[in-house]
Amino acid sequence: MPLLEAEKLYARLKAAGLSTELEQKIRCELAAAGSHDFPQPPARTAGAQARGLYDYHDLDVLQRLTAMQGSASANIRSIDELLERDRQREQDGFPRKISVGRLIKPGKRGKEKVVIVPTTVEEKFLHDSAFRSEEERSNGGSGEGEEGEVIGEQPVREEERPGGSGPGQGEGDSHEMESNAYDLGRILTEKFKLPNLKDKGKKRSLTRYTYDLTDRHRGFGQLLDKKATLRKILETNLHLGNVPDVGHIDPSRFLVAPGDKVYRVLSPEKDYESQAMVFFLRDYSGSMEGQSTVLVVSQHVMIYSWLVYQYAMQVETRFILHDTQAKEVPDFYTYYNSKVAGGTQASSAFTLVNEIVERENLIRDYNIYVFHGTDGDDWDHDGAQCIPQLKKLLSYASRVGITIAQHAHEEGQRTEVEKYVRASGLLEDKPKLLRMDVMREDADEPRLIEGIKALISE
Amino acid sequence: MELISQHTKGIMEGCKERAADVGLGFDQETLEYLVTNRDLLELTPKLMIPTLYDYWVHDVEVLKEKGRYELYPSNPYETVINTRPAISYYNDNNPDWMNVMIFYHVLAHIDFFQNNLYFRHTWDYDFTGQALSDKRMIAQLRSEKGRWVDYVIEFARSIDNLVGFHAELGRLNRGPETVRSRMLDYYFDRFLQTVRAAKPNRFIKEIERYNACLRESPELGEQAFFAEVLRKYPEFDALYKKSLEAKPASRQDVMQFILEHSEFLKKEKNHWMKPIVEVVRKTSLFFQPQIRTKIMNEGWASYWHEQLFLKDDRISGHEVDFARTHAGVTAMPRVGLNPYALGMRMFQYLSDQGETGRHTQEFRRVTDAWEREHYDRRTGGGRSLLFKVRENLNDFLFVNTYIDQDFVNRFRLFVAGRRLNQAKGVWEIYVKSRSAENYRAMLLDGLYHPPCIEMDRPKTGNGALYLVHRFEGKPLVREFIANTMLGIEYLWGKPVRLETSEVVHAEPVPSTAALPGMQMSLGEERQQREMTWQRVLYTMQDRSLTREVL
Repeated sequence: MPLLEAEKLYARLKAAGLSTELEQKIRCELAAAGSHDFPQPPARTAGAQARGLYDYHDLDVLQRLTAMQGSASANIRSIDELLERDRQREQDGFPRKISVGRLIKPGKRGKEKVVIVPTTVEEKFLHDSAFRSEEERSNGGSGEGEEGEVIGEQPVREEERPGGSGPGQGEGDSHEMESNAYDLGRILTEKFKLPNLKDKGKKRSLTRYTYDLTDRHRGFGQLLDKKATLRKILETNLHLGNVPDVGHIDPSRFLVAPGDKVYRVLSPEKDYESQAMVFFLRDYSGSMEGQSTVLVVSQHVMIYSWLVYQYAMQVETRFILHDTQAKEVPDFYTYYNSKVAGGTQASSAFTLVNEIVERENLIRDYNIYVFHGTDGDDWDHDGAQCIPQLKKLLSYASRVGITIAQHAHEEGQRTEVEKYVRASGLLEDKPKLLRMDVMREDADEPRLIEGIKALISE
Repeated sequence: MELISQHTKGIMEGCKERAADVGLGFDQETLEYLVTNRDLLELTPKLMIPTLYDYWVHDVEVLKEKGRYELYPSNPYETVINTRPAISYYNDNNPDWMNVMIFYHVLAHIDFFQNNLYFRHTWDYDFTGQALSDKRMIAQLRSEKGRWVDYVIEFARSIDNLVGFHAELGRLNRGPETVRSRMLDYYFDRFLQTVRAAKPNRFIKEIERYNACLRESPELGEQAFFAEVLRKYPEFDALYKKSLEAKPASRQDVMQFILEHSEFLKKEKNHWMKPIVEVVRKTSLFFQPQIRTKIMNEGWASYWHEQLFLKDDRISGHEVDFARTHAGVTAMPRVGLNPYALGMRMFQYLSDQGETGRHTQEFRRVTDAWEREHYDRRTGGGRSLLFKVRENLNDFLFVNTYIDQDFVNRFRLFVAGRRLNQAKGVWEIYVKSRSAENYRAMLLDGLYHPPCIEMDRPKTGNGALYLVHRFEGKPLVREFIANTMLGIEYLWGKPVRLETSEVVHAEPVPSTAALPGMQMSLGEERQQREMTWQRVLYTMQDRSLTREVL
């Protein structure tokens, strides 16, 4: 029971002495009930899909012809042109208009998908109805019910992802992600002038051919495989009824068909060699609820895409989630969607990375990148456990990037993680290896991309 | 795109006869096309107008869902477009009975387009033909000027929701000018009030004197009156003549004003930009009535496709199919607003009102509940009332005039509210009110209504364009202001100012050790904040925006 573990940890920490402020935070995270399951699909009750007046259109309603917007793949073909246009805009002195990396669910019937498409908005003078609180918004309705009677429910969270899906809260499709990541990476690299990897030029050959007598071939070839041939001959003769007594086989009576001879042939064997191993670490403790998680995961999507592009798809990724304990999850989907809950101990994630790297001897074959996203809270307030693990990590990793999405109410003060990382002096000692990016909770997309630059630039 | 088969066209012609028999009025010529998904891919971003000009934003996914529908409701995705001849689009595997239903729906739309007075400005030309020549012109310009054409389109589009649609209608629907004395109008309306700045009692005395002159001599009274005026104000004659020379000042919208007065556009080398802005403005004007008559238009079409389909002798045996499809289209949602359902019920209700004489003043004076319920003067004329409403009203007037308590009660309508249930962590949808007044208010609040932004001419003078946003209880979307003003500055060639209202943000209550996003912080939303407003002035100069509180 992880919660129990967390409570034990809390007891230990308390025994060691805690500041009141930190203690309050810890209690808060402990008190917040919750688990890391995937969120439930929203219940289909009244109001969940209430449409407005202008959401109805003839073609859709009468003939079930859905509005077609060019699909992501169709659009991506013209993406070069769009990006060129966008670059040109900047030179002409107008702000850029294309934004990418957004996760949109096209509103089609059936299964919703996560796709990445270039998007834009047409800016006009428009009335903003969002200044009113949620409660003041009303809608039309019809049917039974007294005034004041509740007729339906809608999960609170759902409202926070208009059109798109937020991380840690939605259904999604992991495959879509992969196929678009390369394009997104290309866009990010070109559009935002993200740096190319320095060692890209001296990259080792990605596919190595080793010639080996691995393939088998019947009839002719370089080398007769005697054992296999004999077996084949016996099989043929059994079928022919040429073996009267299985206990007493006379090889001289065998009939040998040409097809029975099995040869080994020389053939090239592809030997893939991945260049980069990227660890994505995400703090999914209770305090990460809301915008911090969105930011961290969006940034990780973009970093992932950038690396996929840089390494020509030869990137291997590992995903690690942590609260007070860390666990590796199999795919981006799980990484992306797991809900937040529980306490925080960043060291657990770093420890797990170190273990994995050691166990699988990854140092020999890979450039290792580690990206960690957190809101900066850590029960291990002075980094006593975290810093040693981090140091160990830095001894082999090509780059460790820490993203802190700071909560708005903590603005101006440094978070625990920021404090102890700065105090450790590692940022100054190993500027090429360790980077940290602290952003506010309300950071927008350009800020995220700036952050990526800070994390990955040379 | 290909035309529908001769067989299907035959069905359409049969529908036209039957629709004309009940009084729907439309041009006999129409064009019906079969569309595939590939066609829709091209048509959708062009608002179903096949000949609309090309613009790169059409190729990109445009984010529309920010906030609520208020942002981009101008997205007609219709089966029929308001052109001459009217063009309509069909799925190629509709069964015949369904085509009959859709044809009636389409014909009612065409009737609406061609008879509702809010569409008056689209009656005299074919939009697709016009759009085609515009598209060619823009393509031609693009080959000469390159990307700058797209900048001009972009900046023009950023203000295309501010077009003076009603002014345009006013110009077209204005009655013949009064033939009474212009001199008299000038004297009382302009000269006394503006030039002399006369006090009310002086003004009234002059009116009395004029009436006295008329009483004395009906023919020569006016002459006598002005003889006295000229003696008193010798300059009057000259001023009056000057006023006749000056063009009557028409109300111009922001786009027109920029077109006419922008120093930047007046430059020889920028002349080519003007037709582009013109095209964008025209296109916007063309679509204005459609979005402002959504409930009526769809209600009208649904009302007639039901009426006509059920009477059509050609499709007997498909009543159940029809009932299922029809209910799918026009069922009242438990929560939400369906313009088909609402509009159709309103027309049905109106028809009853007309038949029983309840739309009269006499009925309104009846206060007795029993009497109201059983009121029936058998006046007839429900249909003529429908046609009158179809001709003269738009959504606002329709909702505001005809949604009353009887209507709300009859269809068991209510305003659905949302409130937070903290214990369960859900929004509860509940019946907030069943009063017609609230229902109407809710509807009106949701209707398309672009902000009213006009120039302040005195403050503009020859320099910075001074725009004033009339305050209607809502602020502008703040993150759009900068880029929109940037576009206006480009077209205007000089700084641009915008006066608007914004909510003064109250100091946030310091939360006691709340982690953001946790349950406890949700409570803050509940606290109804007292809202105070302030006027602010944005200035866009040299592509940078500044803001000051007035």
